[in-house]
Amino acid sequence: MTANVLSASPSAAWRAHMDTALLVAALVGAWQLLHFAVGGDALPSPLAASRRLVHLLADPDFAANAAETARAFGYALLISWIGGLGLGVLLGAHRLTGDVFEPMLVTLYAIPKITLYPVILLLFGLGISAKIAFGALHGIIPVVLFTMTAVRNIHPVHLKSARALHLTPAATALHVILPATLPEVFSGFRIGFALTLLGTLIGEMFASQRGIGYLLVHAMQNNEPEIIVALALLLVAFATIASSLLLALDRRLRHAA
Amino acid sequence: MTRAGWIRLGVVVLCIAALEIACRLRWIDPVAVIPPSRMAAGAWSLLASGEYTRDILLTLENVAMAFGIALALGFAGGVLLHRMPRLRRAADPLLASYYAVPTFIFYPLFIVLFGLNRWPLVAIGVTFAVVAMALNTLNGFERVPAALHQTARVMGLSPLQETFLVTLPACAPYIFTGAKLAVVYAFIAVIAGEFVLAGSGFGFKIAFAYNNFDNPTMYGLMALLLLVVGFVNWGLTAWERRLHERSAGR
Repeated sequence: MTANVLSASPSAAWRAHMDTALLVAALVGAWQLLHFAVGGDALPSPLAASRRLVHLLADPDFAANAAETARAFGYALLISWIGGLGLGVLLGAHRLTGDVFEPMLVTLYAIPKITLYPVILLLFGLGISAKIAFGALHGIIPVVLFTMTAVRNIHPVHLKSARALHLTPAATALHVILPATLPEVFSGFRIGFALTLLGTLIGEMFASQRGIGYLLVHAMQNNEPEIIVALALLLVAFATIASSLLLALDRRLRHAA
Repeated sequence: MTRAGWIRLGVVVLCIAALEIACRLRWIDPVAVIPPSRMAAGAWSLLASGEYTRDILLTLENVAMAFGIALALGFAGGVLLHRMPRLRRAADPLLASYYAVPTFIFYPLFIVLFGLNRWPLVAIGVTFAVVAMALNTLNGFERVPAALHQTARVMGLSPLQETFLVTLPACAPYIFTGAKLAVVYAFIAVIAGEFVLAGSGFGFKIAFAYNNFDNPTMYGLMALLLLVVGFVNWGLTAWERRLHERSAGR
């Protein structure tokens, strides 16, 4: 795919974008058809959902909830990225430590972490810290795993040259280790971003009185599909755009490496 | 067992022992966390009582159904994308960001669509698992070396023979990876759904015990669930590694 896009002529790239737009249009069409099939009480039409979303975005109460989610997500993302990077470098630099902890992390990655939410709630209480903990818990593991692999895979020759050139440890980190690991680490950041968002929202669904996740659960309990779909639309748009940007950056970094 | 394996075992045993001591000495609030020995006792007593067997089986059934449907749909989707390069190119940006969307937000919608029964759970499991299966199937088909197809043609295999004797065996390890991810994702989604809104099942019972401050049951169920999922995942990963090693050795 990467090779395709890079080598393709501008017109071919343009056609691919057009195809994607067509596909999105087809999906919206399918949504409309499904709306006709099951009725507006179960699934609002795309138009109704968009209208509702515009209303929501203008509502100051919604803005407060969105800001709360953004704040929790921001902190959780910071913990996932920085904490994951630190732990990953540590586990990558020391072979045996990495071998000991890697399978444990992979297992932790695969279990439904939602099961642990009562423990998180009991430890952190209802509030923003529980959401942050939940988001970070989801997002940190891929960052650790990707960073660890990246540090392990640094070509030994690079480190030897750094030593031969008498680089200080700081210069080695900045000029050798960072550029060598950046593409992999960034992929970890990208996946960590998605999972942190998921974790934060799930945390809000159970452990909160505010935020977008809370609004979703609230709408579900009050049987308001229009709000559910409007919020889903907002989140899908946000996640898709953010992830496409990160993916484009990721590919550029990999291509440069 | 390797040296790292022994150390890992030691670390796990030490962590459990430390938790046990910390709980017994009340360094950790006993309302929040109970000692591991009491978690184990709780797990054993609820297994022995049989009170929760129905819920556990129900969850496993839902996961199995979601997995089966995701497997079939995902495989078909992977083949379709492989056969239609133009569709594939168009869908690529959407597929790449699929797991960035918290699919889980559709669960409330499925409840409205299907009603409060098992089908919203199965549907959310399928939604979460199917794309991983499709992407890995696609990856598998793309990784079949061109030389294998040429050999098949030289040997005069019919398209059907080529599919079953060459293509499918060659991409089996990747398809297996997809199936493994589908199992894991189906588990995650079904149990998350049971937590949010359901009337029965593993996740529901944990949430119920939590709301009633019934710590031995809650931690017992939690330990049991993590053990089941961990064991399934560990078995599938070991099997997967063997498949990949064998196909690399050929």
